[in-house]
Amino acid sequence: MPGEETKAADKRVSLWAIARVFLQVGAFSFGGGVTGWMHRLTVTRLGWLSEGQFLSGLALGQVLPGANVTNMAVYIGQVLRGSVGALVALVCVLTGPFFLVIALASVYDDVIKLPGFHSAMDGIAATAVGMVLRMAFAGAAHGCREFSMGLMAFCVFVAIGILQWPLVPVVAVLAPLSIALAWPRGEA
Amino acid sequence: MRDNPLIGLTVILVPFSLLSIGGGPSIFAPLQRETVDVMQWVTAREFIDLFSIARVAPGPGAMLATLIGWKIAGWLGALVATLALFLPASILCMVVARFYDRYRGHQWHTALEKGLAPIAVGLVMAGAISIIRLSGNSALVWVCALGAGIWLSIWRKLHPFVVLFAGASLFVAAEFAGIWPVSQ
Repeated sequence: MPGEETKAADKRVSLWAIARVFLQVGAFSFGGGVTGWMHRLTVTRLGWLSEGQFLSGLALGQVLPGANVTNMAVYIGQVLRGSVGALVALVCVLTGPFFLVIALASVYDDVIKLPGFHSAMDGIAATAVGMVLRMAFAGAAHGCREFSMGLMAFCVFVAIGILQWPLVPVVAVLAPLSIALAWPRGEA
Repeated sequence: MRDNPLIGLTVILVPFSLLSIGGGPSIFAPLQRETVDVMQWVTAREFIDLFSIARVAPGPGAMLATLIGWKIAGWLGALVATLALFLPASILCMVVARFYDRYRGHQWHTALEKGLAPIAVGLVMAGAISIIRLSGNSALVWVCALGAGIWLSIWRKLHPFVVLFAGASLFVAAEFAGIWPVSQ
């Protein structure tokens, strides 16, 4: 039984459990905020990943091409159960949305005429941003405890969020700096 | 060859998949150019409708590509578009994640994990701002997004559906009160 009983934290998550969680994420994430849902379920509720594991995967997923949602599903699946886990998470996170998005599109011309429907859609999209913010708050509480780390997060936020500089050069400069600052000192 | 919609979708979306650094939003503009202006598969109005549908439906906003596929070639088109947009980047991510995860416990992995965490926090916050900006940047959107974030952080057992429903109700109420949508 390779990998078993190394540490209590290394308990194996079943493929079925991965499928169930990612089907849920896919079907529930109205208005977006999908990575926020993943964080809520896999880190906060189930404790499958540590905050650090999740956040570093999120950063990798943003720098790599592809939707953050699918990259994150692949990463979480890979960490939990290797390539098979990654494939299961990817397929499951897309299955619900595939049918739901087409279902909504088929009735769109009718429902859009309902009073208030458009505003309700706007409200759901605005509120879903809160799912992502919750993840950012939790991440900041964990990952920015040192002043230097908080400063890094702040610089990334200002450069990309406020000044709207392109992502790749900003991360290419700040990520190595942040990693250098995080390098364990004293034990060469 | 590009006249066949299934081949056309694949030829257009596979490169987008591998170039979409920063996620779905980075491909919306080029996708609009290709599907509306160049191929004329959908009208500009249809594109905007499909965009708002993909935004409010569950899942990534890039499912917009799925909808375009569905619009021009039915279920098969939807499937081909989904695979063409999500699969190539996912395979690349799988390779990187596999490599990264193999070195868990090594010193450089620990440093990377710790150093990338604040970068992710900054990126997530920046992403939230850009969505808010896309939603019209009005006070109501700000209040709703921040309020939901704080509410969900404090009341951790609460199901997010409650908050989403409250947000939807708030916006509908705002419409009937005459303060939403904000006229540009």
